[in-house]
Amino acid sequence: MNELTIPIIFYIFAAVTVLSAAFVVFSKNVIYSAFSLLFTFFGVAALYVFLSADFIAVTQVVVYVGGILVLLLFGVMFTNTIMSTELKADVIHALPGTLLLLLMIAAMLFTFYTGGGWMPGLVQLQGSVVESIGLETMSRYMLPFEMVSIVLLVALIGAAYLARYDKAHKKEQ
Amino acid sequence: MEQFLSIGVNHFLTISVLLFSLGMFAVMTRKNAIVILMGVELILNAANINFLTFSKYNGGMEGVMFSLFVIVLAAAEAAVALAIVINIFKTFKTVDVSSVDTMKE
Repeated sequence: MNELTIPIIFYIFAAVTVLSAAFVVFSKNVIYSAFSLLFTFFGVAALYVFLSADFIAVTQVVVYVGGILVLLLFGVMFTNTIMSTELKADVIHALPGTLLLLLMIAAMLFTFYTGGGWMPGLVQLQGSVVESIGLETMSRYMLPFEMVSIVLLVALIGAAYLARYDKAHKKEQ
Repeated sequence: MEQFLSIGVNHFLTISVLLFSLGMFAVMTRKNAIVILMGVELILNAANINFLTFSKYNGGMEGVMFSLFVIVLAAAEAAVALAIVINIFKTFKTVDVSSVDTMKE
């Protein structure tokens, strides 16, 4: 029983992740897709815990669920009126897309499972990685950390500039 | 039976492959720009799972740090892309990417 618990929890979260991702992609309704993406993000966060990256899992919940998903929902609500049939999204190139989807899955899984297997290292990550993340951020990854903060600041200012209410343009018309 | 019970590299890589392929499918076949963005987020999540898997089974911190940076860049990408989508909607009154075919009003 005890050795079965962890695989069973893993498979439940894996199923939640993959099935809700499939629902995101195949659902015709954009709102349903957005809410299904919530379950995908939570499932992926749970998988991060299995990979002993607890800090990344919390970051995933805060940034993806609290930030990106809300942003996407705002995007859906801004660009569609709820009552209109435009909410339903069409599909183009369905047949080539499906073929490529199946081919890609088959090719990659074939490579993974017949390519001789992966050799795990002698030392594996165990327990919590929060402390090592702090140490690495302030030592080896100092420059990338600062650079990514500037990239984020510039991107957010740029996004606010792009999406602002255009007063001058309105007067022209 | 043994390989189903001990969670290893292949399990995580399989999930990652499925997420990546589904995201790719969304990017290729959907017309709504916002669903395409969701597909891009799925692809980034698949890449993150790969990074963390190899980081765990290799014992290094490189994958963990890189996946943090990936999350930050995903946030920046989503913000800018949604600003662009809102501008497209203002100009064309639709978010259907196959009908956005001019660069000038």
